[in-house]
Amino acid sequence: MKHLRMIGLALAASFCAGQANSEELTGTLKNIKETGAITLGFRDSSIPFSYLDDSQKPIGFAMDICYKIVDAVKKELKLDKLEVKLNPVTSATRIPLMANGTVDLECGSTTNNAERQKQVWFTNTHFLTASRFVSKKSSKINSIDDLKGKSVVSTSGTTNIKQLTEANAARNLGITIIPAKDHAEAFLMVETDRAVAFVMDDILLASLVAGSKEPAAYVISKDAFSKPEPYGIMLRKDDAAFKKVVDAATAALYKSPEGQKLYDKWFMQKIPPKGLNLNAPISAELKHEFAMPSDSPDPDSYKAM
Amino acid sequence: MFANFDFDVIRRSLGYLFFDGMTFTLTLTGLAALGGLIFGTLIALMRLSGFKLLGRIAGLYVDLMRSLPLVLVIFWFYFLVPYIGQWLTGSSRPVHVGAFTSSLVTFIMFEAAYFSEIMRAGIQSISKGQPAAAQALGLTYSQTMRYVVLPQAFRNMLPVLLTQTIVLFQDTSLVYVLSIPDFLGAASKVAQRDGRLVEMYLFAAVVYFAISFAASFGVRRLQTRIAFVH
Amino acid sequence: MNYHWNWRIFWEPAPNGTGTYLDMLLSGLLLTIETAICAWIIALVFGSVIGVLRTLPSKTASWVGFAYVEFFRNMPLLVQLFLWFFVLPELLPHAWGLWMKQMSNAPFYTAAIGVGLFMSARVAEQLRAGIGSLPRGQKLAATALGLTTAQTYRYVLLPMAFRIIMPPLTSEFLNTIKNTSVAITIGLIELTGEARSMQEFSFQVFEAFTAATVLYLLVNIIVVTAMRFLERSLAVPGYITGK
Repeated sequence: MKHLRMIGLALAASFCAGQANSEELTGTLKNIKETGAITLGFRDSSIPFSYLDDSQKPIGFAMDICYKIVDAVKKELKLDKLEVKLNPVTSATRIPLMANGTVDLECGSTTNNAERQKQVWFTNTHFLTASRFVSKKSSKINSIDDLKGKSVVSTSGTTNIKQLTEANAARNLGITIIPAKDHAEAFLMVETDRAVAFVMDDILLASLVAGSKEPAAYVISKDAFSKPEPYGIMLRKDDAAFKKVVDAATAALYKSPEGQKLYDKWFMQKIPPKGLNLNAPISAELKHEFAMPSDSPDPDSYKAM
Repeated sequence: MFANFDFDVIRRSLGYLFFDGMTFTLTLTGLAALGGLIFGTLIALMRLSGFKLLGRIAGLYVDLMRSLPLVLVIFWFYFLVPYIGQWLTGSSRPVHVGAFTSSLVTFIMFEAAYFSEIMRAGIQSISKGQPAAAQALGLTYSQTMRYVVLPQAFRNMLPVLLTQTIVLFQDTSLVYVLSIPDFLGAASKVAQRDGRLVEMYLFAAVVYFAISFAASFGVRRLQTRIAFVH
Repeated sequence: MNYHWNWRIFWEPAPNGTGTYLDMLLSGLLLTIETAICAWIIALVFGSVIGVLRTLPSKTASWVGFAYVEFFRNMPLLVQLFLWFFVLPELLPHAWGLWMKQMSNAPFYTAAIGVGLFMSARVAEQLRAGIGSLPRGQKLAATALGLTTAQTYRYVLLPMAFRIIMPPLTSEFLNTIKNTSVAITIGLIELTGEARSMQEFSFQVFEAFTAATVLYLLVNIIVVTAMRFLERSLAVPGYITGK
């Protein structure tokens, strides 16, 4: 009996020694390895970052970046198959859904800022955009002060609605702020004259205007509520191992020529479903960031070369 | 008045509306009704059992669920269910649940409170002679419930239970607040994408009306047919 | 559970400059109560009319009542709010529609009317049941005394019917309060809406919703107690409601 037990222990020890060679996986990586699946959060109308095409499939610039990250994770964990699950998120639900484990990566148009970093982490920046507003040319609204006393819409859970709320209080504009569930609903409010303006990141505004029934009827303001702020793909807080893999994947993508090609695919060429071309050349700051990827939440840290 | 409305948008999106939206709504309704009924009956039994503590807990649960708006309960469970899953399965991180599972849990828990009140009324309406006779025959408590009391209670309350199910069917539209794709959510998506609010919302209203009206008509017919004198 | 609790969030200033997060929630509560009361008044007025119509001997009146109740009962409240808020302004002549859309507090009026009419169908059904439960002798005696139908209802039937249906009406009033939360979808930022806003700005999901839950429970308790008091003070001694 005693010999059997010794042999058993020896076998167990050698087994453990064998396992100990691979790193102790924690957090998201552990979960992915155990379940064989990774969940991506997508948006339904953040054109061209993450949106639904005609067959209700999520596509976009951020989606493509995420798929590249998924490839890197698959290689890192040495998995034969990695199932990709897709979960819709809205501006209002993305952070709680990240915190409660429903999504592993949020691939959309989420602004990276210091306050949000108390709840979630971000990987290297994939876009820079400032907060502006769109209105109908016929409303003749040229500056933020022209919004005084009017109804303005923005999307719930965004930095934009927060900036609008703060500006409203600081400048005493008496604006009636209407929160919308998502960008399409908000833009529709301007289209149907329910609100005179929609405050949102300028790239998203440009896409919505381009895709609308009468693009020429709208104008995007020159006034901005903020400096150009960074977008980052969101991941869970305090998960250093996962962040390392994601950061490496995004840095590799942006530094390579493939990064520029991916940018052109979504911003300089025709995109589904209506074949629009946004014609938004890469800004100097973003080009610089692609060369030296950074996940800083501070808008001032992004300078042109 | 209807000059520049495009009703063709309804025809084009029928597939998406019914295959994705309506199946979600009907599946959610069916499963939640079943789950709510089972859980609700359990709660009713707890309240009617002799044990005071059990009755108190059940009573508190019912009062809580009936005092809160469904919208708030939907928000609660959407964010809470993964943590509950983590606690139940003892895993190291919140469990991944999809929108459907979260909605299902929400509606089962919420409707159980209402179903429990209906079943409680049903059980109490059965004459005392029934469980007494069952006891005289030597049946245990669970056998009495299973073979004598609950079938009769269920049959008596069937019209009310079905009416509550119709209410549940209408309540499922509230998952809209989380952009979950039920029938109304699907109609909204199409409406917002194509800018056709009037057409889609009118269509959704007509469909809900048709289904609810037909169902409540059916319940009324059922009521007259199963009515019998004790 | 890696959720970052922070119960002191209620005393931190809210970003909309109107005070603390607690103030935000309380202003939402106030809006809930205002909307619920307006909706309930509409529900009582319309519901009583329709309830009476359904019990009248005239067939057309009965049919009108039936159609009204079925219309409002077979559509989810959310869909009805959408019809009032999104569809109606588009169907009206352009100028009127525009006025409706740009009216300040449009969500409040729409919510009050939408919820009010939805609940009026239920009030009508309760009233119909209440009138139906009165002994038939009441109506016959009134006719024998030479009262017209209108007088019969006003002096004999309705006073008793309303007392009989006070308990179910209490629960319908509580339902009205709960149903105002559906109006967050048309932009009415009442208590549930403010809790959601608080969750979005501060990321403290569970604190926000716990506060909203507690406030709803408080409102419930107050309403139930108040209605019980009202019931007792209006009771007719010796009659079935005069317990």
